[in-house]
Amino acid sequence: MTAAADLLTVTDLRKTFDVSPPWVTRVATGQGRQVLRAVDGVSFAIPQGGTLSVVGESGCGKTTVARCVAGLTPPSGGEIRFRGAVVDAGQGGVPSWRKDIQMIFQDPYGSLNPRWRVGRIVGDPIVGLGLGHSRAEVKERVAALLSDVGLSPADADKFPHEFSGGQRQRIAVARALASAPSLVVCDEPTSALDVSVQAQILNLMRDLQDEHGLTYLFISHNLAVVDFVSDRVAVMYLGRIVEIADRDAIFDRPAHPYTRILIRSAPDLVEIGARRAPMQGEVPNPIAPPSGCTFHPRCPLATERCRTEAPALRPFEAGQVACHRPGEAL
Amino acid sequence: MTATAARLESDDPAHEAAPLLEARGLTVSLTREGRGVDLVRGVSFTVMPGEILGLVGESGAGKSMMGTAVTGLLDRPLAITAGEILYRGRRIDNLPPSELRALRGRHIATIFQDPLTALNPVFSVERQLVETIEAHTPLRGPAARDEAVALLARVGIPAPEKRLASYPHEFSGGMRQRVVIALALAGRPELIIADEPTTALDVSVQGQIIELLRDLCAERGMAVILVTHDMGVIATLAHRVAVAYAGRIVEIGPVAEVVRHPRHPYTRGLMAAIPAIGTRLKRLTQIPGAMPRPDAVPPGCAFAPRCPLAEPRCSQGLPPDWVEGNHRAACWRAGEGSDTR
Repeated sequence: MTAAADLLTVTDLRKTFDVSPPWVTRVATGQGRQVLRAVDGVSFAIPQGGTLSVVGESGCGKTTVARCVAGLTPPSGGEIRFRGAVVDAGQGGVPSWRKDIQMIFQDPYGSLNPRWRVGRIVGDPIVGLGLGHSRAEVKERVAALLSDVGLSPADADKFPHEFSGGQRQRIAVARALASAPSLVVCDEPTSALDVSVQAQILNLMRDLQDEHGLTYLFISHNLAVVDFVSDRVAVMYLGRIVEIADRDAIFDRPAHPYTRILIRSAPDLVEIGARRAPMQGEVPNPIAPPSGCTFHPRCPLATERCRTEAPALRPFEAGQVACHRPGEAL
Repeated sequence: MTATAARLESDDPAHEAAPLLEARGLTVSLTREGRGVDLVRGVSFTVMPGEILGLVGESGAGKSMMGTAVTGLLDRPLAITAGEILYRGRRIDNLPPSELRALRGRHIATIFQDPLTALNPVFSVERQLVETIEAHTPLRGPAARDEAVALLARVGIPAPEKRLASYPHEFSGGMRQRVVIALALAGRPELIIADEPTTALDVSVQGQIIELLRDLCAERGMAVILVTHDMGVIATLAHRVAVAYAGRIVEIGPVAEVVRHPRHPYTRGLMAAIPAIGTRLKRLTQIPGAMPRPDAVPPGCAFAPRCPLAEPRCSQGLPPDWVEGNHRAACWRAGEGSDTR
């Protein structure tokens, strides 16, 4: 993978949120400011036409990464480059990358304006970004987009409430594709859907990728879905990438204990009735993460070194792992 | 496998104990302005003592409604309009509210999906647990408090003596679900209705709760109706599974049978649509269309309009049950062999 071929490069991305109690409370109780490091030095690259998945449990920062890349949340540090140019959520007006980077959200009920007809929802990016020159042209483009996602051009006259969850997510996909983007950021696009509908949407996303050469940044907590959609997978834990490698390497030869236990404990339909040793403990409070390697309180391999020294993300076999004892037997 | 489970999977009816719970032709309807819509349409199933019965289906299939009907927690405009529910051979669907309350919690307890709404935020865990224990057991005062500590310890809450005074918001999501389970155990019930008990939890915590439920059932001989959309959870935990579609159970049988040799085309489609780690498929099998809304269920087999095997007779009347041992499927063509996963 050469740097020149990468559509998106993210370098040392950081995002902190100030979660301090109000000033009066701080003065009264003598507490200092509290900072939540939602994303703490994350780097990755996605080549043109590829799919990188970011997988992790709640609070690991995966959605914040997605929002920073889509330009919805300004990062606190680090750099996001799209085709070599900096993506900066802070700049005014409509930035040049806006039409190239679009997003699909998790909840197809919350992400579509219930008072707008579908035609306006899907056509809005075309009008807003000045991509259509006449009303007829926009209408024609909307009809083509709706056909692309398996809906009928006549659906443009309907309202979102007339559609099922799966159909709404198709509308959200059509809207994301309206400005002919190169990169689509997908934040848990099928988590709110039933499995049979999830299969429809995942197949659709794969077909659209093949037809339009789309690049995906895919956010999910579902390992089986990630295995299906990805070329490359980054596993996040408490704001950091703990392991990143090609899809086959992550699932066939996971090296970080967190990745391995996560894969091992995912319920499947193969070992029916099998008792699985679950992971110990729960995700710690990200405001006060554990010292050293933040996974050490839950890790069966943890040593004194893990408690004091945070491991850097280093090359290991086919990928990169942030662990002092990568690949060791659990 | 436990002795109970082995007995459950035996085909010999002579070895089967009497069912703990039995639903016969259960129908639940929503009535508004004189118009009724059936959400559950003539469902029959049994739960044996100590058995974990999975109830799986997509949203709108009526699976939660089937569980709620058993607990008698249906409120207007919802009501059981036909069929009956028997608990240890006694009808419970027509009990007066006072007798139903005596049954609930003591014999049949519920675990809900969202532990934050299942707990009262303004009372300590101690107060909620002790109140439940005193309501359903002879234990009082300090004895009830000791039982509360023992229950918290059993469900894996560290330092239970100290945590007893805590309020629900002071627990993490996983710990909160453990408190809800402790609360359900307080009356020493024989049957627990668990409605999506792990859906709101992280993957790593989900595994912990699954293993806790497994151990508790084996230990106390408790039966569970496990209502979930997640076939993986059912395959891990349940002994038998019932597949719900548009208000009916279309297939029911031992989990390994239903997962590996599904007989109903809907079950086959559902199993094939679930992505699995390591399969590296180019495409997922998808079922075209969507489940019909309860007020627009087609006549005959409700799955027929989406079914690759549908024939004219499928939309004319309900198909007869195909039966092999304790595996049942409601399809004309269930006997034609099946895919093996």
